[in-house]
Amino acid sequence: MFLFADRVEAEIEKKVIEAFEVFDHECNKTVDVREIGSIVRSLGCYPTEAELQELLAEIEEEEPTGYIHLEKFIPVMRKVLLERRGPILKEYINNENKCGYLTKEQLVKYMTEEGEPFTQEEMEDMLSAALDPETNIIRYKDYITLMIADDA
Amino acid sequence: MGCKTSVPDSAVKKSERVLKAAVLIQRWYRVTMARIEMRRRYSLNIFQSIEYADEQAQLQLSSFFAFMLDHFSRLDADSRFFESPSVSQVTDSSLSLTELEKRIEVPDSYYGPRLKFPLTPADASALLDAFKNEELLHARYVLQLLHETRRVLKEMPNITHLSTSYSKEITVCGDLHGKLDDLLLIFYKNGLPSEKNPYVFNGDFVDRGDNSVEILIILFAFLLIYPNDLHLNRGNHEDYVMNVRYGFTREVLRKYKVHGKIILCLLEDVFSWLPLATVVDSKVLILHGGISDTTDLDFLNLIERNKLRSLMRPPKSVTDIKDQIKEKVPSTTPNKYSAHQNISGKRRDISSSRSSPRRESTSYAIAEEYQRLVKDGMSSGLLSATSVSDPDWSTEPTQKEWQQTLDILWSDPRSQRGCVPNKGRGGGCYFGPDITAKLFERYNLKMLIRSHECKQDGYEVGHGGKVITIFSASNYYEAGSNRGAYIKLNPDLSPRFIQYQVSKNTCRQNLQERVSTVEWSALKALREKIYAHKTELTEAFINKDRTGTGKLSVSDWAEVMESVLCLELPWRTLRPQLAWSSPDGCIEYMTCFHNLKIGKPVEEQVQPALVETVCRFRKDLEMIFNFIDKDHSGLISLDEFHQTWRLFCVHMGIQIDNETIDKLANSIDYNKDGNIDFNEFLEAFHVVHRLDKKADE
Repeated sequence: MFLFADRVEAEIEKKVIEAFEVFDHECNKTVDVREIGSIVRSLGCYPTEAELQELLAEIEEEEPTGYIHLEKFIPVMRKVLLERRGPILKEYINNENKCGYLTKEQLVKYMTEEGEPFTQEEMEDMLSAALDPETNIIRYKDYITLMIADDA
Repeated sequence: MGCKTSVPDSAVKKSERVLKAAVLIQRWYRVTMARIEMRRRYSLNIFQSIEYADEQAQLQLSSFFAFMLDHFSRLDADSRFFESPSVSQVTDSSLSLTELEKRIEVPDSYYGPRLKFPLTPADASALLDAFKNEELLHARYVLQLLHETRRVLKEMPNITHLSTSYSKEITVCGDLHGKLDDLLLIFYKNGLPSEKNPYVFNGDFVDRGDNSVEILIILFAFLLIYPNDLHLNRGNHEDYVMNVRYGFTREVLRKYKVHGKIILCLLEDVFSWLPLATVVDSKVLILHGGISDTTDLDFLNLIERNKLRSLMRPPKSVTDIKDQIKEKVPSTTPNKYSAHQNISGKRRDISSSRSSPRRESTSYAIAEEYQRLVKDGMSSGLLSATSVSDPDWSTEPTQKEWQQTLDILWSDPRSQRGCVPNKGRGGGCYFGPDITAKLFERYNLKMLIRSHECKQDGYEVGHGGKVITIFSASNYYEAGSNRGAYIKLNPDLSPRFIQYQVSKNTCRQNLQERVSTVEWSALKALREKIYAHKTELTEAFINKDRTGTGKLSVSDWAEVMESVLCLELPWRTLRPQLAWSSPDGCIEYMTCFHNLKIGKPVEEQVQPALVETVCRFRKDLEMIFNFIDKDHSGLISLDEFHQTWRLFCVHMGIQIDNETIDKLANSIDYNKDGNIDFNEFLEAFHVVHRLDKKADE
């Protein structure tokens, strides 16, 4: 039983290292602190921005250098992955808003004013993928399908 | 919010729900974007790894290519092309411009640019316009241009010294690799070269892209018009052996059917006369690849650079040749290199299999192969004894000259300290910040600008700001893969970077679509590699599979993939795209090969390992067959095919018997007339994936 758990942990660790190395283009076991969000998320986690900040506080150096070291990243990330749970987007949305679409104005308002607001760049990016330019609406079910498909 | 008026409960609940929903969507969105970023990065990783592994293979095959080139690339003495100058005349530069004019006629029907020497800016504009309209410059003008370029280059030292006096900004461009659109974009954004607008082009003008010829013509034209303001450094692709493999030779022969070979001969000379480096204000060193711990700029400044026709051909060592001359037969030292290879010819780093110092070991192994090959070629009857040339000592570079130049044209910077052999490319080295620092101290330098590596943003700064990589071919691997950039160097020597990306799509793809295109392309290349190593991979999988269930742990699977393919990639992240996993988390390894097959079915009797070998070396074989096909008919005889194939296998250490070769040859002589259409043959070995929308290339 313990051997199995060990192997799972070893696998997780290897996966973490792999993801880290994709962003480590200097090949010196460090990444730019601004890439940590991408790495964590590509490993299957769904942190809020606030949670990400907490994570960073744990892995940054005493005096932040702008770089994160692999050796600090691994243990923290390993813990996160073993405990993670992903929010269930699909079911949530299915239970809400009945008409199946949002207007561009509505989406922009929500995304840039509520929750952990989007930057302008993020908003534009989302619109470029999700917005139907002829009708100016977002059929969010389609967009969600797109997002979830990536999760497979 | 926060004002304590009587807000109804339902309103509070609603805004809470909105908040939750917003956060949820944002979390998901950010995850999606992160995944896209991950896919973009590993796609570039894949391209880069495969590219460098390929280059390494080229260096190791170099002696074979050299051998083939020596015996097949020269025009016969009785050339069928009476009106063209002979090879020796062209290479001895005994032919003047007027002679070329007399010998080669330009028909009245030719509407392209007619160049008059000495060239003027009007000529350059005419050329640019013509090339924008996809016109071709007539061969006579090409030859005249090359002739003049060689004359001008010969006057130049190995290392050009520039200054930014008179407040001139110098523009430095990196690899262009035949991408004309990028060059035109640079000229559009930055202006044409002139006395007020000096340029340095840092090598790799040719290969891979479709317009290497046009780029060279433009660069050489500006060189002739502004010899003090347009500077060229030699790159590792300004090398006729590389050109044969990476597309430039093919492009020339395709565009210039009659005069192509002459043009190539002259180009070989011109390339060897390109300067090796440029220094600005005695502080900024600009060269194509990098440096090593032994780089000696003073030495490099004094060598006869034109002796280095190709860096893929290490100089014949003194002892080898003396033995050869003495015994009239190549030495029969057993080749340790081939003994290390297994049946599918897996490449190894030569230098790691010996204890001798890195430099000597690489060229020693290559020289051994070369000799063995000559012996085999002679005994097989493909070569006559007289065709083995005695080296002319005045034209052979020394070991040190070769090594020093190889280092500056092939090396790559790394973050780790020290200087180690460049295993990825098989030549040159990886140099660390300490090596850079030492060189700077020795020569009182401030900055090193180099190219040679594709960078996502077109440029990259390393070694604490001291080493800059500049790469000017956007969309190098695939549409959307990377930007290009150039540097503006002003008199205080701080660099400014200008980035760009050529975009052919009229409808703008969104980020997801762009990344998907690049990713698809990268995975296609990777799957091709996987297919081409099927036998070896299967063997290794089965070895690891103790239980015989056809499944392996993710860890074991990744280990096999990495060790057989010799590619450092994020295998676990790529796994979903490459193989199926069973519910228990293990990987059904044979699914790696699902949906992959070659374009045309080959008969059953031909062994799979052979099929894979052809897949793997498809491009190399194309080149070799092109050599043998002297009259460009696209056909070679069964006999020629057999002998060449045998020579190739012997060299690569692939065990093959004559019967198998015969079977293969017969299976591709589709109309049974004793001749093989080798292009058709090679096309058949193109790896296709079931889901490919179109038969590619």
